[in-house]
Amino acid sequence: MQPLDDKKIGLLKEKAHDIRVSIIEMLVSAGSGHSAGPLGMADIFSALYFHILKHDPKVPTWPGRDRLVVSNGHICPVLYAAMAHSGYFPVSELLTLRKFGSRLQGHPHRDFLPMLETSSGPLGSGLSQAVGMALADRLDRGKDSGRFFYCVMSDGELDEGQSWEAVLLAGKEKLGNLIAIVDRNNIQIDGFTEDVMPLGSVAHKFESFGWHVEEIDGHNFEAIVESVGRAQAVFDGPSVIVARTIPGKGVSYMERDFKWHGNPPGTAIPGEPDPKEQAKIALHDLRTLDGQIEHE
Amino acid sequence: MTKDLHLNPKLFDKDVEKNATRTGFGHGLVLAGDKNADVVALCADLTESTQMHFFRDKFPARFFEMGVAEQNMASVASGMSAMGKIPFIASYAMFSPGRNWEQIRTTICYNNRHVIIAGSHAGVSVGPDGGSHQALEDIALARVLPRMTVISPCDAIEARKAVLASVDMEGPVYIRLARNKTPVMTTNETPFEIGKAQMFYDSSFPQGRPVGIIATGPLLHKALKVAEQLKKEKISVQVWNFATIKPLDEKALVEIAKNCGAIVTVEEHQIAGGLGSAVSECLAQNFPVPIEFIGVRDQFGQSGTPEELIEHYGLGESNIAEAIKKVISRK
Repeated sequence: MQPLDDKKIGLLKEKAHDIRVSIIEMLVSAGSGHSAGPLGMADIFSALYFHILKHDPKVPTWPGRDRLVVSNGHICPVLYAAMAHSGYFPVSELLTLRKFGSRLQGHPHRDFLPMLETSSGPLGSGLSQAVGMALADRLDRGKDSGRFFYCVMSDGELDEGQSWEAVLLAGKEKLGNLIAIVDRNNIQIDGFTEDVMPLGSVAHKFESFGWHVEEIDGHNFEAIVESVGRAQAVFDGPSVIVARTIPGKGVSYMERDFKWHGNPPGTAIPGEPDPKEQAKIALHDLRTLDGQIEHE
Repeated sequence: MTKDLHLNPKLFDKDVEKNATRTGFGHGLVLAGDKNADVVALCADLTESTQMHFFRDKFPARFFEMGVAEQNMASVASGMSAMGKIPFIASYAMFSPGRNWEQIRTTICYNNRHVIIAGSHAGVSVGPDGGSHQALEDIALARVLPRMTVISPCDAIEARKAVLASVDMEGPVYIRLARNKTPVMTTNETPFEIGKAQMFYDSSFPQGRPVGIIATGPLLHKALKVAEQLKKEKISVQVWNFATIKPLDEKALVEIAKNCGAIVTVEEHQIAGGLGSAVSECLAQNFPVPIEFIGVRDQFGQSGTPEELIEHYGLGESNIAEAIKKVISRK
């Protein structure tokens, strides 16, 4: 992985912005889908697709690539947008999200888009799959194959018992090639995570299972890249990056509000802007960096 | 007995050789491991019970102990398959595909991964462990999944062949296994092909058409014995081994319905969703004939000896004989 310089940080910011704009456009076109998680993870996906991942968008099945398993499949608007903006398929295709015959299914499905590493949606099983991939790679190529196995997961899906079965196994197997990134945005569909099912310290929980833990601001590109660098350097055990993110990041009325977990712009929600105005406000917020700059 | 199938000539003898289908699986897995370096094995803390210890001892690096975590095991296998491995996962059928059905659906079938699921201790013949451990719903659970192949071997030799054949195919496979030692009906020479039904026995007399018995798993032996006994009463019976429940050998089945005009299905599973259901679905559309079902009738199992339980749940030889006579009366 290359070190970050200011120029690269600028590029990652730009890509994250493009990804967020695409997310809003996709969700408006689809008329359904999840907003908060994808917007909150846009910076991390920008860092992954434009800096961290070893991959070739022109040859998606290149065997030497890193693997990225997206366990919380409902955030796929950010996955699809990152893939399109990095050249896997045309950006214009993003507007087919959730429509009949589209490759961009409501939750990722390899039957329709074979370049995905896995189909997902039902929560709690992505980490297990990443563990399986990492184990198989170690079996074939030893500990230093130079490939890393990333798993993006949500904090809400840590409610699933299977998540912890996988955490146990990865600790037992000391999988140094495995790096989990937990989106610690503190919301899930029914409310705040600490109200729905308190998770407490995610970091301490992973640590007690033998994982190397990083806790970062998930919107700080230097922090994202440096934490991945340290995780890569830990060769004798799995690593988790607990990324604190702001759900709905970049759209004023969505930020930190669990009501936007599973709704697209254009949804009538008491106390929220007029549904007809929501998309316009969202794009305006993004283009003016939430009022920091005057003109779109 | 059908000559060219090279069945065990001693299969009607009192001292017929007995072996468990799970043991056939265990030996088959070692052969598969020898043949193909990509074969790996995962077990959820039941390594000897599932007879995976033969593989573990021979290929320790390719064996992965998952602990009591069947859900994780299914998805880990999916991930290994994504990297080109051919994973076998083993537990009791009650837990895999019972406990981890959704993980099998989404991470294995939906992803179209070549993972072989071995569910041992299926049926009431598990015996003393009781109903909690006697899987009577696993065929239904596996059969309903798109892409899943479902195999229920009749004896240890067939189980061994099913393992080897599974390695050479694509997509997910479920192999149903039993705990108990049961009669060995086939030999090394008996042909085996996934998706192909075989007529093991035919006592057709010139007068009248035979009853077709469609059986799966070790209970096939009881069906064969009943057919042999009914010869004395001049009742013609054909006994078919449907080791593959999905894809069902529909061509053979429709031929049987046409030739026999009456059918009895035999399985150690709930009638709902099992082999009997599969046979009915096919024949209702293609060639409806009277069918009687030998299977468990919407009940859970309990403790007892295998023989006691087989009798109690209406799966014994007398029940099969009655069903044959009943279906003849409905012709």
